[in-house]
Amino acid sequence: MDMMKKVPVREQDPKVRATNFEEVCYGYNEEEAYNESTRCLNCKNARCIQGCPVNINIPGFIQKIKENKMEEAYQVISESSALPAVCGRVCPQESQCEGQCVRGIKGEAVSIGKLERFVADWARKNGIKPKKADKFNGHKVAVVGAGPSGLTCAGDLAKMGYEVTIFEALHQPGGVLSYGIPEFRLPKDEVVSAEIENVRSLGVKIETNVVIGKADTVDELLEEGYEAVFIGSGAGLPRFMGIPGEQANGVFSANEFLTRNNLMKAFKEGYETPISRGKKVVVVGGGNVAMDAARTALRLGAETHIVYRRGEAELPARAEEVHHAKEEGIIFDLLQNPTEVLVDENGWVKGVKIIKMELGEPDASGRRRPVEIPGSEYEMECDTVIMSLGTSPNPLISSTTYGLDINKRKCIVASEEDGKTSKEGVYAGGDAVTGAATVILAMGAGKKAAKGIDEFIKSKNQ
Amino acid sequence: MYQIVRKKVLAENIILMDILAPRVAKHCLPGQFIIAKTDEVGERIPLTICDYDREKGTVTIVTQTVGAGTKRMMSLNEGDALEDFVGPLGCPSELCEEKNLEETKKKKIVYIAGGLGTAPVYPQVKWLHEHGVEVDVIMGSRTKELLFFIDEMKSVASNVYVTTDDGSYGFHGVGTKQLEELVNNGNKYDVCVAIGPMIMMKFACILTKQLGIPTIVSMNPIMVDGTGMCGACRLVVGDEVKFACVDGPEFDGHLVDFDQAMKRQQQYKTAEGRAKLALEEGDTHHGGCGHCGGDE
Repeated sequence: MDMMKKVPVREQDPKVRATNFEEVCYGYNEEEAYNESTRCLNCKNARCIQGCPVNINIPGFIQKIKENKMEEAYQVISESSALPAVCGRVCPQESQCEGQCVRGIKGEAVSIGKLERFVADWARKNGIKPKKADKFNGHKVAVVGAGPSGLTCAGDLAKMGYEVTIFEALHQPGGVLSYGIPEFRLPKDEVVSAEIENVRSLGVKIETNVVIGKADTVDELLEEGYEAVFIGSGAGLPRFMGIPGEQANGVFSANEFLTRNNLMKAFKEGYETPISRGKKVVVVGGGNVAMDAARTALRLGAETHIVYRRGEAELPARAEEVHHAKEEGIIFDLLQNPTEVLVDENGWVKGVKIIKMELGEPDASGRRRPVEIPGSEYEMECDTVIMSLGTSPNPLISSTTYGLDINKRKCIVASEEDGKTSKEGVYAGGDAVTGAATVILAMGAGKKAAKGIDEFIKSKNQ
Repeated sequence: MYQIVRKKVLAENIILMDILAPRVAKHCLPGQFIIAKTDEVGERIPLTICDYDREKGTVTIVTQTVGAGTKRMMSLNEGDALEDFVGPLGCPSELCEEKNLEETKKKKIVYIAGGLGTAPVYPQVKWLHEHGVEVDVIMGSRTKELLFFIDEMKSVASNVYVTTDDGSYGFHGVGTKQLEELVNNGNKYDVCVAIGPMIMMKFACILTKQLGIPTIVSMNPIMVDGTGMCGACRLVVGDEVKFACVDGPEFDGHLVDFDQAMKRQQQYKTAEGRAKLALEEGDTHHGGCGHCGGDE
């Protein structure tokens, strides 16, 4: 093997996978994992650990793979992460752990994500569970939202001995892992449910179908004997463009489209939730969610276009996702932006009016601002439009919690170090604080908040 | 799981169920709704809260079986359970909030309940009655066989006017015609609340605008999550796009774009219709839906 290069990972053939919802990436087998593990230099001051938002002892677990001690490798990871099978699959490793790997200076970084995934999958298949606390410490904490930040915070607190209850609004825990990220990137029954079971096995209770803010409020939870509350309610409120025709039939938010498909399993025979299977679908946006929506629409049988107002280099989606989407046949219409949804006499989408763009000066975010090219408008026929323009936090919790500060973007104001909010005993983290970001950043925030909550409760009971 | 503690057939295809859901029963107020899901393969169906008993921890829902989903849900019996039942969702009716009570007491209110709209109207009228506000109610239905809750409504409203489109019971004509007649006979109303099929609410609003009566409607668009995360239920009110599940379901009826809302409600009609046909015809389904291609 070439020590400068990653051991390649096996994937489903693009032509075949474009027609099914099976997982694209097969992951490493034992031999491949071993070979890849030998590429790790076991650095003393491992930079990869700093690149990981939950600071997994990466060389530590990779050494265990080298020694063929998989169970120990798993325990090393689960000291820091509650959802390794998820993170190994969906983290943008190239800008986190792998982006820091010394191997990456001259060659390719160690495939840390694929190794983490291998260990987590191995543990699941062999019935290995994370280690539980010896006993309860008698303190109760409530967690709002069963997404990545809430599950991580709950898992960490349970390991410290807290009695934790998670309240989840939907009928399934997992948050974006259940409703957002598609099956072909993150299998639901096999991976997501199993990881959530692991969190439960730590003693965490998960109550589904509870909308905090409509049923109990955060203040009521505090009155009911929970000594602290962690808010990990995410950023689930979809944005629309505000262009004419956007209310037409056949225009969906990516959240709706993906929820119907992933959470309600509309793609599967026998499930009752309907989904619009377009012939020609336009997805507006260039993030990971746009890639997920486009690749889902393609699998449901549509010719699918991504329309994005900036260029290829500015696509916010992970390079791997863009690459996968292209391989599967998604058409990219870059430097273009819809100005109107064209509607037929029955109220259905019949096309979009699109204007071409060029890149101007960099804006506040440092990205070059797209500018419309006058007179470049044209019409594209389509029967479905999926808006994937990002999401913002739902005001339901902030508006019903007395004394909880939010900023002008409706995000909860919380300390980056420990998740502390303006309200005593209330902590927050993940997309509810940052606006839409990544799974692993949310987990990192959940982790820090668990530590903050532990310190708060200990100091209060001294 | 959420147990069905009582089931009663109110009229053809109209079924009442009391569901054991203490958390919802503890917090719900008139005007709000719930979302229920029968089992693993079921869809999330928004249903009106028709009544609730905080002590027993039950919530009463009334459903008309219109598609495969509601039909399967309503085929369950007492002792069975629904897998999921979440709520209360949406905002409570402004008329049924303690903080508005003094203002509400000054108003002369008329409700128009069309068809299944009787179910969401009842808890509002009951709440107002319990808080010393008497209101008039017009209950309309296509025909006598589809009427329900007349006695219940009479026990909480000061005047109940029953209408049927075909004249088989009560006033012959639609609810709006009855309202027009009441106003012509000298009745004065400060607020009208119209709840029923969108087409009925639309015509109620056209009339009340002419009569100068501010009107509240309860919108019933397609929903998925019911918590504001998807926008399936979005509608145009005034110049703004609103999500019925979190901003509503009640809105100023004179500002709602009903034509748009009605078109959006049709969005999955073919899919729903297909599912229903396939369910009814079972193995004998040979493509009558015009979509599946039958045995091909």
